[in-house]
Amino acid sequence: MLRIDCLRSIYPELENSLVVTIMGAVAAELQSLGHRPNFFYLQHAMGLASSTGLGLALCLPEQRVIVIDGDGSLLMNLGSLTTMARYRPRKLLHIVFDNESLLSVGGFPTATSTGADLEGIARAAGIPRVNTARSVETFQAAVTEALRGDELTTIIAKVEAKGPAAYVTDLSLLENRFQFRRHIQSLKK
Amino acid sequence: MPVSVTNSRLVYDALKECGVGLLSALPETWLVHLIRMADDDPDMILVRLAKEEEGVGVSAGAHFAGVKSAMLMQNHGFLASINGIVSFAHLYKIPLLMLISYRGSFGERDPWQTQGGNVTEPVLRALGIPYSFLDSAATATKRIQQAQTLAEGSLQPVALLLTRDLMWEE
Repeated sequence: MLRIDCLRSIYPELENSLVVTIMGAVAAELQSLGHRPNFFYLQHAMGLASSTGLGLALCLPEQRVIVIDGDGSLLMNLGSLTTMARYRPRKLLHIVFDNESLLSVGGFPTATSTGADLEGIARAAGIPRVNTARSVETFQAAVTEALRGDELTTIIAKVEAKGPAAYVTDLSLLENRFQFRRHIQSLKK
Repeated sequence: MPVSVTNSRLVYDALKECGVGLLSALPETWLVHLIRMADDDPDMILVRLAKEEEGVGVSAGAHFAGVKSAMLMQNHGFLASINGIVSFAHLYKIPLLMLISYRGSFGERDPWQTQGGNVTEPVLRALGIPYSFLDSAATATKRIQQAQTLAEGSLQPVALLLTRDLMWEE
């Protein structure tokens, strides 16, 4: 299963959500499908995409928020699972692409390659709904179900360690950040 | 417990007057009353963290959502948050109002706090973070308002060091 195919399968569903992604391949691949003003790419600060999604979801409880995380980033901030589970915002969906690798820096294996089980960790942290997807079809179905539901969900998507040809895009970090905030403020009007 | 309830209330009320609607916190002795006040306040979103660096992301999310926030942490928690401050708040120009209890400074009895006390101000200066002190009830309210205004105006982290003189009653 390729991450880009997973992203393509859910891309239409992202339209009405606030989407926060991690850096590297996830950010570049989502942008390659088409940037939208409701997408924020956290191009550094590994681990904090889930915390950002939590802050958004707690402040805007009626707004659908989707965090697109990765195994390397989540392993840097496992405590975030416990904090999300503590407050369990009902409209927060946490997707984790697990390629068992720190791909952007040359493909060094993460602890999920030696058996660390993110589904088990998320469940034990108290996330009320946790799934693992190993095909694009099950991934798409799990995301659709989570978006229809009303419960904090983490979906672990096991993907191959293959990324885009290039990681740098022409969207500047600050342009993205100001556009994202302005988009959210426009939703309130 | 000789943590000042009166001055904790003063600090909490000043945050409320600034329009702060979300507080992230990790408990430490000097912060217990502040956290309890937030917990008792139905209009405050209190986020109890596992590690202080999460608070940078939570505050960024709140900023995007249009909600003013503040972070309650010990100076060791500030030290644990540095990458988040640099690679998120500074990189993306996110306002952070950080209330940092200044342990390990003059009057500190706990040996384990003292090394962090030595490096707190040098690290704040190295990061280019504007900071001031909350050291008297007479000036605390105004200084919190000024710090909050500067954080929003400059879109950057601003720190207030909560001192023993304000927080502790011997």
